[in-house]
Amino acid sequence: MQELFQQLANGIAWGSIYALIALGYTMVYGILRLINFAHGDVYMVGAFAAYYIASATGAGGARASLPMALLVLLGAMLVSALLGMLIEFFAYRPVRRSSRLTALITAIGVSLFLENAGLRLFGADPKFFPQLIPPRRITLAGGVIVTNHQITVVAVSILLMIALTLFIQRTRTGKAMRAVAFNRDAASLMGIPVNRIITITFAIGSALAAAAGVLVGLTNPKIEPLMGIMPGIKAFVAAVLGGIGSIPGAVIGGLVMGVSEYLVVGYVSSTYRDAIAFVILILVLLIRPAGLLGRNVAEKV
Amino acid sequence: MIRSLRSWSLAIALVAALGLVTGCAKKSNEIVIGEYGSLTGTTATFGISSKNGIELYLDNLNAAGGVGGTKVKVIVEDDQSKPEEAATAVNKLVDQDGVIAVLGEVASSRSMAAAPICQQSGVPMISPSSTNPKVTEIGDYIFRVCFIDPFQGQMIAKFTKEKLGFTKAAVFRDIKNDYSVGLANYFTDAYHALGGAIVADEAYSEGDQDFKAQLTVIKSKKPQVLIVPGYYTEVGLIARQAREMGLDVPMVGGDGWVSDKLIEIGQDALNGSYHVNHYWEEDPNPAIQKFVTEYKARYNAKPDGLAALAYDAAGVLTAALDRLRTEDPAAFKALLGPRNDAQKAARAKLRDRIASTKDYPGVTGRITLDAARNAVKPAVFVGIKNGKYEFVATVEP
Repeated sequence: MQELFQQLANGIAWGSIYALIALGYTMVYGILRLINFAHGDVYMVGAFAAYYIASATGAGGARASLPMALLVLLGAMLVSALLGMLIEFFAYRPVRRSSRLTALITAIGVSLFLENAGLRLFGADPKFFPQLIPPRRITLAGGVIVTNHQITVVAVSILLMIALTLFIQRTRTGKAMRAVAFNRDAASLMGIPVNRIITITFAIGSALAAAAGVLVGLTNPKIEPLMGIMPGIKAFVAAVLGGIGSIPGAVIGGLVMGVSEYLVVGYVSSTYRDAIAFVILILVLLIRPAGLLGRNVAEKV
Repeated sequence: MIRSLRSWSLAIALVAALGLVTGCAKKSNEIVIGEYGSLTGTTATFGISSKNGIELYLDNLNAAGGVGGTKVKVIVEDDQSKPEEAATAVNKLVDQDGVIAVLGEVASSRSMAAAPICQQSGVPMISPSSTNPKVTEIGDYIFRVCFIDPFQGQMIAKFTKEKLGFTKAAVFRDIKNDYSVGLANYFTDAYHALGGAIVADEAYSEGDQDFKAQLTVIKSKKPQVLIVPGYYTEVGLIARQAREMGLDVPMVGGDGWVSDKLIEIGQDALNGSYHVNHYWEEDPNPAIQKFVTEYKARYNAKPDGLAALAYDAAGVLTAALDRLRTEDPAAFKALLGPRNDAQKAARAKLRDRIASTKDYPGVTGRITLDAARNAVKPAVFVGIKNGKYEFVATVEP
C-alpha cells in the first residue's frame, strides 16, 4: 500500500508538469484551432534560459536562495513569453487565414527549427541544471517520501493554474480571450483587438511552458535540446484527454498522464512508459473524442 | 535544346569539381586512419577522452618520426552518441576518406552498428573500450583492447558478494543498451552461482530523466546493494533520485561509469559506491605516470580509463603497422596508395599483424589479443569517498 501511495505522490508531481505544458496547447487551440507543435520546444528553451540565467547570476551555486530561484523562474518565463510572441508573429500570423493543414505543417517546421537551433546554440551534450534550492527529503504520513522539489513543483503549478483561471475569468483581457475563442470574427466586430489577444495568449502559454521547464530542471537536473519532444507529445495527449480547449481539462489530463505513467512503470514495465500516452490517446479518440471535459461541437458543413 | 546543353555542361562541371575534391584529399606520403566517437550527446565524455588519448599517442609518434618515417593522420567523426550516426560516420570514413583502419567506439551499441561496415569493406577496426562480447563476433576484422563483459560481470559479482559481503542485490539496467543488458545478465548469472539473490530487476531507457517509479519498486524489495550497469549520465541521476527516495544502499557499476562528469552529476549521492575501471591513474608504474603527466599538461584534465584505452588502441594499431613495414614493405607501401585490390590485400595483411599482437606494453596493462580478437586483462575497482576516487582492488582474470 505504501508503495502505491509513493507511486501516486511521484505521479502527481510529474503530472503537474504535463499539466503546465498542456495548458499552453489548450489555450492556443481554444483561440486559433491550431495545435502548436512547437510548444514542447518552447518548454526546452525555458529550461535553457533558466540554466543560463542561473549560471550568470550565481543562483545555482554560492548565491542560491529562494528569491534568486524566483528570479530565475520569472526570467525564464519572460524569455519564453517573448519567444512565443515571436513565433506567433513570424510563423503563424502569415498563415492564419490559410487552411488548418498549412498552419499545422508550419508548427512542425517551427518545432524542428527550435530543436536544431538548440542543438547548434546549446550543444548536443546534456547540461546539468544548477541546484536552485538544495534538495531535502520529507517523510509524509504512511512512510511516503517526497522531496521539497516535488512539493515546490506541485505548489508552483497550482499557483500558476489559479492565477491563470482568475486572469481568464476576472479580467478584461481574459474576457476578450474568451470572446475570441468563442467567435473570432464576431469579437473583432465588437472592437476586440484580436491580434493583440492572440499575442497575449501565446505569451502566457509559453511562459507556463517555461515554468514547467524550470520545475523539471529542479527535480530532474538534466537538460538537452531535444528534451521537449516527448513531454510535448505527452502534454498534447493530456490536453486531448482533458478535452482540448478546456483549461480544467488540461490540468486533469496532465495529472492522469503523470500518474498512469508511474503506475505503468511501477507495476507493468518501464518499456511501456512512453507507450501508455498513445494507448490513452487512442482510447480517448475511440470512446470520447471530445475529451473528459470537452463539449461535442457539430461542425457545420 | 539550349537548356539541356546548359544542364549537361553544368553536370560535367560538377563531376569534374568532385573529382578535384576527392583527388586532393589523398596524400600519398601519410597513412590515413579514421576514428569515430561520441564527441557530443549523452556520453560526450567517452568520445572526448578517447579522441584526446588517440591524438596524444599519434602526435608523440609523429614527432618521433611516425611509423618508420611515415606520418599517421587521423580523421575524426562525431556520432552524437547515436548508433545510427555511428554507421553514417564510418561509412563516410571508409568510402569518402578511404581510411585504412578505424578506431572506435566506446559504447558497444555503436561499435556494433559500425563494425559490419568495416568488416564488409575489409578495413580493420579496433574498439578501445566496447566490452560486449558480440562486438568482435561480427567478424575477423574487428578487434578490441579491453576486457569483455562476461569477465567484468563476474568480477562485479565476486566483488559485491565476497569483498562487500552483500547477498541481496537489485539490478537496474538500461534496456536500450546492449552493453548494459549484457553486463546485467553476466552479473546475474555469476551472482547466482556465488549464492547471492537478485531481489529486483528493473529497467530504464537511455535518455530517461525520471527513475523514481522503478526506484520505488526496488526500495520495497529491500536490497543491500544496487547494481547499475549503465552509463554515467543516467547513473548520476539514478544515484540522486535513489537518495531522495530514501534508498541509501551502496551502488556498484561497470566501466560505463568512467567519466569526470559522474561525480559532477551525482555529487554526494555517489559516496560509498564502487565501479570497475580499466586502469588506476595513480599507479606508480613509470609508463602510466608519463602518460598521465603528458595528458594533464595537454588537456588540463585527468585521463580517465577510456582515454588510456584509446591511447593503447592507437598504440596497438601503429605497432602492427610498424611490423608490416619491416616484414612486408611492399604491402606497407600499398596502404599509402589508392583504394584498389593491392591496398585491400595489404589491409588483410595489416589485419593479420593486429591479430598477432602479443605482450604490447600499454598503459592499461600488457595487451595480448586472443583467438576471438579480445584482450585479456585485469580489472580495477575504484570507490567514491567524499567526492573523490580511491583505489580498492585489482582483479586478475
